[in-house]
Amino acid sequence: MNSHPGTGRDEISFGRGADADQVAPRPRATGPWTKAPANEREAATPGVDTPRFPARRAAARAVTAPGVTAPGVTAPAADVSGLAVATVGLVKRFGEQQAVAGIDLAVPRGSVYGFLGPNGSGKTTTIRMLLGLIHPTSGSQRLLDVTMPAGANAVLPRVGSLVEGPAFHPQLSGRANLARLDAADRTASARTAATRVDAALDRVGLLAAATKRYRAYSLGMKQRLAIAAGLLQPRELMILDEPTNGLDPQGTREVRALVREIAADGTTVFVSSHLLAEVEQVCSHVGVMRQGELVFQGTLDELRGRGTPRILVRTSEPDAARQVLARLGLAEVTAAGREVTAQLGGHAPETVCAELVHAGVPVAGLETPRASLEDLFVQLTGEGFDVNG
Amino acid sequence: MSTADPVAVAEVPAGQAAPVPGPLVAGLAWLRLLRSELALVLRRRRNLALLAVLAAVPPLLGLVLRFSSSSSGGNGTGPAFLNQVTGNGVFLAFLALVVESTLLLPLAVAVVAGDAIAGEANRGTLRCLLTVPAGRTRLLGVKLAAITAFCVTASLLVSVMAVAVGAILFPVGPVTLLSGTTVPLAAGLLRLLLVALYLAAAMASLGTIGLAISAFTEHPVGAIAAILVLTLASEVADSVSQLGAIHPYLPTHWWLSFDALLRVPVTWPELGHGLLSFAVYAAIFTSVAWARFTTADITA
Repeated sequence: MNSHPGTGRDEISFGRGADADQVAPRPRATGPWTKAPANEREAATPGVDTPRFPARRAAARAVTAPGVTAPGVTAPAADVSGLAVATVGLVKRFGEQQAVAGIDLAVPRGSVYGFLGPNGSGKTTTIRMLLGLIHPTSGSQRLLDVTMPAGANAVLPRVGSLVEGPAFHPQLSGRANLARLDAADRTASARTAATRVDAALDRVGLLAAATKRYRAYSLGMKQRLAIAAGLLQPRELMILDEPTNGLDPQGTREVRALVREIAADGTTVFVSSHLLAEVEQVCSHVGVMRQGELVFQGTLDELRGRGTPRILVRTSEPDAARQVLARLGLAEVTAAGREVTAQLGGHAPETVCAELVHAGVPVAGLETPRASLEDLFVQLTGEGFDVNG
Repeated sequence: MSTADPVAVAEVPAGQAAPVPGPLVAGLAWLRLLRSELALVLRRRRNLALLAVLAAVPPLLGLVLRFSSSSSGGNGTGPAFLNQVTGNGVFLAFLALVVESTLLLPLAVAVVAGDAIAGEANRGTLRCLLTVPAGRTRLLGVKLAAITAFCVTASLLVSVMAVAVGAILFPVGPVTLLSGTTVPLAAGLLRLLLVALYLAAAMASLGTIGLAISAFTEHPVGAIAAILVLTLASEVADSVSQLGAIHPYLPTHWWLSFDALLRVPVTWPELGHGLLSFAVYAAIFTSVAWARFTTADITA
């Protein structure tokens, strides 16, 4: 789990989520997810067991998914049609307070789109507008090329969603709760309801707890039941609002695995989170919210590309290396133990390496770590203590 | 239907709009949601407890009258029908309906109607239903139908319970109506059924007021309290003779006019006034509920 040339050192600084996923054994082997269908799917996609580059895999899968048009990764917003979610100048004011300040979302079909932002940055308000629960003050929005909220009845059956945490009737069992939601769907067949409800429960590993009352469910089970509600029908788009909120690391991993599975089926996934590590591992695209504004939108690689390139030299003579780097004109040269880092600026890393060797500095290792995504995230969203009333 | 088979559904090509259901299919889907709603309302323990309390009143009344009848002797000061009960058990039903219509029936209706939307909003299940999508107008219609069904259930439950208890504790036979005419038992029971349905209509009308209040809040207890306060205020105003001018327009004024059904001939104008009053209140408050619910921001 230490520094890796491909992904850079940023992986280390990411905290629990990233580390846990790479060190801990896969939860599926022993966890509640060892249901037959899940296993079959997994067997069919070898390599899912190594969670090293999940984001890339998800992106690759999305592009090759049948029946789904994947726009170019570099210009997702070029064409408004063919987007799973598209908003234009979406604004929501609650009295004096502007919760969402004119955002233009562009979620390509087949992508796993991470909707990032600190708590209170307008993510849930945006999602509520997308689903027609609240009316925008101005602006327009389309889901799967259908204008909302006018086309809600036509498009929402193709959209699975989880908004602001699970909400069910506590006195009903998990199965009865799903049956009620299915009964509310006028496009759902009553004849297949029982089969579909159990299939959805099975998919999230809740079939064994199907008859248990919802009030007796653990938080993780509640969250999974909410996701199961989105799986009652085949969906083209899943909108998941903070699906891992309040879950322990184990539960977080389970939800993440489920999101990957859903995406693997060709479903576009729009997942909001305030945890960068979580989004980074499953998403191909990200949008970053700050105080109601969309401050970044693009692929994960584009977000990474925004960071300043740095160079890291591992050497037994850090002082000599520091002098060479300073002589070359690199900024922010700092030495820590046997590691010297600096901003690369316009220099090519191979030239720097040659200069070091030429100056007689023993180079034990040389890396060009990317800026930590977390740093970029904090740059975009602020430190988090400047929330405006 | 698009979902004939769960495996086949997965192959529906992306981009295809959900099929627009025909009227028959839409009707069946509506009934399916209504069934789900009724199961939710009628299986909920709190509502079952309310129905149990409503059903417990006739036996209590019956027992009290049975074991005090020898001493009271009927001095004509009690509620209507009080003195007829010992002579004919069927009258226990009319007495129970009169007694329960002042507080217990409105309370039960207030709980169910006040909870209808505010309760779902409070639990967060409303947003889940609406994103299914259940459809706002459709959901409101189902809620209204379920409240009405609850009112009919409650009213009939009290009547059936009272007739059963009355038959056990008192003699039962041809019914002597308020106008002095005696009709056969079967005709008397038919009139009881009409009385129960009239009262159910009155309660359903209150239910629409409750539904409208429920659509304005996320706090079911607040909605329930508001409905009860409104009911009691109307009843108090109805008992103040100085306010006689507004009495016919009060929502509770016509609730007890069902004794018109116990006369020969039936005094239809009074019944008609009552039913018109219920219909007007229902129309106004259903519209208010619809206008509010179809435009409200669901932030809970």
